Amino acid sequence: MSDQTLTIVLFLVVVAITVGITIWASRETATTADYYAGGRQFSGFQNGLAVSGDYMSAASFLGISGLISQVGYDGFLYSIGFLVAWLVALLLVAELLRNSGRYTMADQLAYRMRQRSVRTAASVSTVAVSIFYLLAQMVGAGTLVVLLLDVDEGLLKNLVIAGVGALMIFYVTVGGMKGTTWVQIVKAVLLMSGTALVTVLALAEFGFNISEMLGQAAEQSGSGAAFLEPGLAYGATTTAKIDFISLALALVLGTAGLPHILIRFYTVPTARVARTSVQWAITLIGIFYLMTLVLGFGAAALVGTEQIASVDPAGNLASPLLAEAVGGGEGTTGGAVLLALIAAVAFATILAVVAGLTLTSASSVAHDLYANVFRKGRMSESDEVRVARIAAFVIGAVAIGLSILAQDQNIAFLVALAFAVAASANLPSLLYNLFWRRFNTRGATWAIYGGLVSCVGLVIFSPVVSGPVVTTPPLFPDYDWSYFPLSNPGIVSIPLGFFLGWLGTVTSREPEAQERYPELEVRSLTGAGAEGAHH
Amino acid sequence: MAEDISTTKHETYLRIHGSDEFVELRRRFRAFVLPFTIAFMSWYLLYVLMSSFAVDFMSTRVVGNINVGLVFGLLQFASTFLIAAAYSKYANSKLDPLADALLADYDKETGR
Repeated sequence: MSDQTLTIVLFLVVVAITVGITIWASRETATTADYYAGGRQFSGFQNGLAVSGDYMSAASFLGISGLISQVGYDGFLYSIGFLVAWLVALLLVAELLRNSGRYTMADQLAYRMRQRSVRTAASVSTVAVSIFYLLAQMVGAGTLVVLLLDVDEGLLKNLVIAGVGALMIFYVTVGGMKGTTWVQIVKAVLLMSGTALVTVLALAEFGFNISEMLGQAAEQSGSGAAFLEPGLAYGATTTAKIDFISLALALVLGTAGLPHILIRFYTVPTARVARTSVQWAITLIGIFYLMTLVLGFGAAALVGTEQIASVDPAGNLASPLLAEAVGGGEGTTGGAVLLALIAAVAFATILAVVAGLTLTSASSVAHDLYANVFRKGRMSESDEVRVARIAAFVIGAVAIGLSILAQDQNIAFLVALAFAVAASANLPSLLYNLFWRRFNTRGATWAIYGGLVSCVGLVIFSPVVSGPVVTTPPLFPDYDWSYFPLSNPGIVSIPLGFFLGWLGTVTSREPEAQERYPELEVRSLTGAGAEGAHH
Repeated sequence: MAEDISTTKHETYLRIHGSDEFVELRRRFRAFVLPFTIAFMSWYLLYVLMSSFAVDFMSTRVVGNINVGLVFGLLQFASTFLIAAAYSKYANSKLDPLADALLADYDKETGR
């Protein structure tokens, strides 16, 4: 059996398992609580796994280890921001949101504000963040599978994108939140065990001596000791340094505003279980990022920085190539088996993340826009679930179309943009709403639209979209309207989002929003009146 | 229009909001989350700024090929794990009992 056949067989096993689970999970999906929140019956450990499965995207798994294999220490900076961010979610958001919301990010704003305005704003931002993230994942999936199967591009890439999209639509329309959650749980288990296996094998090559691994990585990187020090990626100029600080802010503040993470807190019976979920997520995600450190430096040491870049310039294949090397090397059975295994893990990773994103957008379109803005809450639960399924289908189809159009573009920056919008538009409105009595509808909409528009606007005028090549080629290298020098808008847009939230609030009067705040406060801190589990 | 609720529920919420137990619950909650949020954000920003502007210090070798920057990064992991564990312990012993009592009050008064 050739290497490719083995990889394809393992891909099909992943597809078979996840499709089976989805069909099994679809038996009990009738009410909106079932469809949007999996009946709120997941345990803390299950949801912790699912949160991790939702969060650890291919950009984390392949991207961070790849980045470390290319630029050494600077790649590690990403994982730290991605992890520390969870403290914002744990301390300030998870439990309060679980108690005060129902299905979407907008629910807790709508509790005390003018529903139609805040739901529309929150929904626009939810769909924008999810689509940015989704496109980056799907285009990444196409590129990755083509690289992993080592075949000619073109038609196959389109087929892979369409296939991933079709599976994602299937999980979400058929399985709803319950199916999607189980797909994420399976993926988290596969990802953690696959990563642990390669990590242990890689460390064994150095007699479990980390210092020796780092030394060899530095030697094989072509950069020497600088490979282990900050600065290779973000240290060249002051602009690059400020760009990095801007990125670091978006990473640490964005996580707790990512809609697909927020709606996971609704899948558990109480706020206390939401707390346990985040505890588990922090443990799993922390261990995972520690392992990617070994994968990245191990790949540089055992495969070589240049060798990795020769297969994919972004370094995305560092982990699969490392797996092949520790399995025995190219041409050996062990190498082929481990490579195929890690490829299948990466594939499962992509499927789980895109499913979570599609469900999030569909929930927001159906619950916020259709049921509450358009129909003003006057529709049956079964109608709402039907609309959510249609929305998932349409969003999935649009994502497939856009991904096929964008497949040859370098759109990895969309992940950073999604985090920046989450931090600039969603987080200010969430925090103000939970902690500031005076906050009102105009404040919420100004923060959301202001944060969203400024992020997207600044990125359009940034070096990632046009102008001369800085590190990676921009989207339109033949034009130059890069008036904003940073690739990451966060350092401007996050303070702007908070400022606009304040400004909108103090320039308008909305007594009802203030009168309802004590209710929201009691509800969020005690769970009084919160949505319970559905059996 | 915001979300509608019954008058009984509204009044119960307001009564709980004014109770000493609730004021104490909110005080305890904020007493933990506000200082710790400021602490971990400053600690993280210090790390980010030093990685950008104190490269020489971060590059100092500690043992073998392991330098200050790597140790500093690993300490960010350690502090995240510790703060998360400390919060859980605090919430279990200081917040949950108060919240449970208030929730029981609410459920009794609104007949849930």
